Amino acid sequence: MNRNNLILYIGILIFGIAAPFIFPAFKVQLSILCVLIVLATTWNIQGGEMGYNSFGNILFYGLGMYLCASVQVGMFFPLAEWTESGGEKTFVHTPAQFFQGMAVGLVVAAIVPTIIAGLIGYSILGLRGHYFAICTLGLGVAAGEISGGIEIIGAGQGFTTPPFPDVGSLEARGEFFYFLSFFTLILTFIAVRSIYSTRFKLILNAIRDNEDKAEAMGIETMKYKIIGWMISAFFCGLAGGIMGGLVGYIDSTDVAFDGREMGVFMVLMAILGGKGTLWGPIIGATIFHIFKEGFWTFFLGWQYVALGVLIVVIVIYFPEGIMGWLREKYPERFGEVVDEKDRKAQVELK
Amino acid sequence: MDFLVFQYPMITVQACLDGILLGVLFALIAYGMALQWGVMNIINIAQGDLVILGGYIAYFMYLYGIHPAWGVIVAPVIMYFVGIAIYKLVINKVVDRDLFISILATFGISILFMQLMNFAFGADVVLANSGYGTTMLFDSNVVLPNSKIFSAFISILFAVCLVIYMKKSKLGRAIRATAQNARAAKILGVDTEKVYAATFGINAALCGVAGALISITFTIHPYMGLPYTIRSFMIVIVAGLGNLPGVAMSGMGLGVFEEFADYILGTEFRIGSVFLLLVLILVYRRFKLSRKREYLK
Repeated sequence: MNRNNLILYIGILIFGIAAPFIFPAFKVQLSILCVLIVLATTWNIQGGEMGYNSFGNILFYGLGMYLCASVQVGMFFPLAEWTESGGEKTFVHTPAQFFQGMAVGLVVAAIVPTIIAGLIGYSILGLRGHYFAICTLGLGVAAGEISGGIEIIGAGQGFTTPPFPDVGSLEARGEFFYFLSFFTLILTFIAVRSIYSTRFKLILNAIRDNEDKAEAMGIETMKYKIIGWMISAFFCGLAGGIMGGLVGYIDSTDVAFDGREMGVFMVLMAILGGKGTLWGPIIGATIFHIFKEGFWTFFLGWQYVALGVLIVVIVIYFPEGIMGWLREKYPERFGEVVDEKDRKAQVELK
Repeated sequence: MDFLVFQYPMITVQACLDGILLGVLFALIAYGMALQWGVMNIINIAQGDLVILGGYIAYFMYLYGIHPAWGVIVAPVIMYFVGIAIYKLVINKVVDRDLFISILATFGISILFMQLMNFAFGADVVLANSGYGTTMLFDSNVVLPNSKIFSAFISILFAVCLVIYMKKSKLGRAIRATAQNARAAKILGVDTEKVYAATFGINAALCGVAGALISITFTIHPYMGLPYTIRSFMIVIVAGLGNLPGVAMSGMGLGVFEEFADYILGTEFRIGSVFLLLVLILVYRRFKLSRKREYLK
């Protein structure tokens, strides 16, 4: 089993590194896929494992996006003049400035949302069930509406991120962003996998299954809930920063705090793949992205209708997701011991 | 962002009156929300989109030359059947499930409705002109459009009718019984499936009335649904389920709050302030409840 896993990981790693050269036309799509997987996997930390279904992780994603771009511009040029000039480029980043700005920007984009998650965590995570869901939905929308009114980051007309500098090769931009997002994906995977092999995951599951009992057993649930949310926020911010550079344009409600699109996508991808599993969100995000791109191109304009129908269908008929379905079908594969008698009795009951 | 509000008392009066008239409409939507939440334990994110759909019915009557005020009668009838259809297709499969499932499913319906309305009616901000004129108060310092007064009056009328209906009629009794204990109601011969469908239909009809009134007094737009959902949710949690005077009061309070936020912060922060208020109310509620929990310990 262990050796098989190793071969699988090495295979995925090799495929990941070779992918932009095998499919050069799909580099941007592959980068977006990496970002989507990061978002779905980190949503799963508190949505799936902890049982706190949040619509508000988009807050950290959008925050990271704005922070990364602002830092990248603000380190070298006056931010207000940059946004005022809009699409016309009065300032040009040299390659060194661009990469320096991006590096610092990504660090800030990861750290600040984490701190914010820690600060608001105590108040927000005290809410239970649907109150938490609606509250986080409100947080996401409020952030979008408020950032749409702030002048220095572009207000209503949006914020153009620094264009990729001329480094000699036309392919460089796509490759840079692909490897950046792929690296983030690997980082996320390693982090999440190591988290899931510790006691921390068991505590999160205990909180999901019965929070009061977990508290009675002596677990400081609030502390672990906040830590879980902070981990989510860290990677969401990072993903947002990368996505901002990749898209090249930030709008408050359509790109950054896009609760109607990205905010629902994370939840949907995790549910489609299977909540509370390591591989579920990854599989879910991949299938969802392929489906979405196919559908989005063929049914242009009808994508939100399709999205609405998709949400309803998945939620009603497929709430356990792909991993849940596999688990029910092949429980042995998941290390569950199945009693034959018990199984027969259940089949008869059905 | 100037503080005219505090310098000219008449603006304060204007904002309060506007807010109260607006709040009555919010309370009507919130009443529907409280009804379905109490009876079926469902939080309907598509509530606001039902409101907007009702508004478009009135707007289309206006386009075809019928006075939009008649939409108050036509919209609830159509919306009742829309509500029943949504119930039969989606809601009856999520009634007994986890609340998050119902939130997500209705979120999907909301996205679907938004986009379908965008296709069918276009993305323009529209309003149905009722031609009711305005009323001047206090030496023409306070201007109130008659349509707002009309809409507040109609909302109160519908709310009162519904309350009486819920108290007196057989269906109303069945709905209240199901809200108290669905299992016991079932044992005593109430067809809960029918009651649920009727509840959702009545909720949609209320949304239709509110939407028709909104299209007369304010503006409608396919993407404006979510704020109405959030407002009604907020009103219900502030008032508590089944507390009708509370719903009316907190609806008006929210209306006044919004008008003041509009004057003080500026119109671009109006929706943002509503959503922030929701977060603040939920957080306040959480600390209040946690204190109670500690007391119980």
